[in-house]
Amino acid sequence: MEFSTFLWTTFAAFLTLATYSFLYKDNPFYKIAEHIVTGVAAGYFAILLWHNGLVPKLWFQRLDDGDWFVLWLNSSRPWYLIPAILGILMWTRFSKKYQWVSRWPMALYIGISAGIAVPLEMSNRVNKQLYDTMADLDWANFLGQGTYAMFDTTSGLSQLLIVIGVVAALVYFFFSKAHTGVFGAAAKLGIWTLMIGFGASFGFTVMARISLFINRLQFLGGWGQEAFNASGTTPNANFTPWFQVFFWLLVALVAGYATWEIISHIKSKSVST
Amino acid sequence: MDIFEKLMNLDRRWVFLFLIVVCVLTYVSDFEIPVLVEPEVEAIFDFVDTLPAGSAVMIPIDYDPGSQAELHPMTYAIVEQCWRKEIKLIFSALSQNSPGMADQAIRDISDSLKVEKEYNGVVYPPREIVNGIDYCFLGYKPYPAIIILSMGQNFRLPFPLDYYGTPLDSLPMMRDIQNYDDLACVIDISGTNSTDYWISYGQGRYGFPLAIGVTGVSTAQYYPFYGSGQIFGIMGGMLGAAQYEQLADNPGLAKDGMRVQWSAHMMIIAFIVLGNVGYFVSRFRARKRERG
Repeated sequence: MEFSTFLWTTFAAFLTLATYSFLYKDNPFYKIAEHIVTGVAAGYFAILLWHNGLVPKLWFQRLDDGDWFVLWLNSSRPWYLIPAILGILMWTRFSKKYQWVSRWPMALYIGISAGIAVPLEMSNRVNKQLYDTMADLDWANFLGQGTYAMFDTTSGLSQLLIVIGVVAALVYFFFSKAHTGVFGAAAKLGIWTLMIGFGASFGFTVMARISLFINRLQFLGGWGQEAFNASGTTPNANFTPWFQVFFWLLVALVAGYATWEIISHIKSKSVST
Repeated sequence: MDIFEKLMNLDRRWVFLFLIVVCVLTYVSDFEIPVLVEPEVEAIFDFVDTLPAGSAVMIPIDYDPGSQAELHPMTYAIVEQCWRKEIKLIFSALSQNSPGMADQAIRDISDSLKVEKEYNGVVYPPREIVNGIDYCFLGYKPYPAIIILSMGQNFRLPFPLDYYGTPLDSLPMMRDIQNYDDLACVIDISGTNSTDYWISYGQGRYGFPLAIGVTGVSTAQYYPFYGSGQIFGIMGGMLGAAQYEQLADNPGLAKDGMRVQWSAHMMIIAFIVLGNVGYFVSRFRARKRERG
């Protein structure tokens, strides 16, 4: 690893720990990390849009023979100016007097989006899901083939559970009739179905959050080995005297803040008692 | 205040601290957790494993560094499997922070292909991965729905040039590839809602075989699409990645993290049980006090 890369990796390790320090309480190190992430993400996105959207589509246009031309100087493709003008009109949102003009590009954009989205979303997210829910039960394959196969989505048992769960959940959201008797029992089954669904999502979410922490552990572990040469026997070339000065200054800064926090905490406790 | 009341009023920072200690201790210890492979992950592996050399697969890499813990291992396992089997790959990055992730993965995996390795009893000789012959990286363009739809007509419409600025027509592997019809499948690895776009505007509009690798948070919401056959496989979070690594006989960061996942889950379950015990005992005592 080159020294410059190592320096940035060390900075990333510091930001990782600074971010996790929020678990104790809000503090200046967390604020630094938070602001850097937000700023870098916004700056990166702006430059990415400029180079991948505006420049190739609007500023320079590529011809079929491989040559480039500056859009504004090419009279053979004047229609490219239409979306450019519409885009500029969007900026009238910042003027109270002329912000009504921005409705025209917005209307065009929303109209096109809705025109594309409605048939495809209806077909793929509604109709296909409805067809699958209403499929004939596979009695011949009711318990599936093999171990735990009864819980496969293709087994008859799963199909039956899906139908019962969907109907019960819909009953729960039907508020025009009191949830009593058989209807109430179905509604109760519906809320249980929903809770099982939420539980599955929660379980996956816990796994996801732990995964993020594992990734940071793996990163910090790798950095630690690189920095302190924990696993190797040869001297680490990156751990130069200047780096050590930088590193221990950082450690002293964090330790100083932590000490100040502890003293403040003890003082506030003694005042309250 | 008895122990149950203390349990109910426990400062959550103690839970965080305990969780950190358990995770770190498990991470530095060395033991392996068995990974059971689910059919939805095996379906993806089997599909890729049976593709003949020279086939083309598209792998949209639609995640940012925030999701790399769960999704990078999937990318590494699948891409290495494809390249070892001499399958050509088209990468795209339709999330704004994903081009960097894709570029990093391509460079890392290209390096690991340079050494001979054995997977599932088959010895694969070293290979030099060449841009334009083994893969094409299309890069990023905004508005994923429109881009996915237009790639169905021709990849050259949204991407006349690849990520590195080379015209697509001058890349040897792209000469015979016009649109999704020329691909064996698309495996979308995503930490954003671009998966929804791939399902509705890609698979739904053009009908190609689609598999997905998603973060744990969004896994549950995509299972209905697996049941309806709109996607032929799904990898959910780090567990899905670990299962794929196991199938590919290529253990990586996901399988390495499974023992930490196990201990953290055990601890969280223990805390949930303890919290519930504390709650019910406190409630029981409060009612007893009310009755006198």
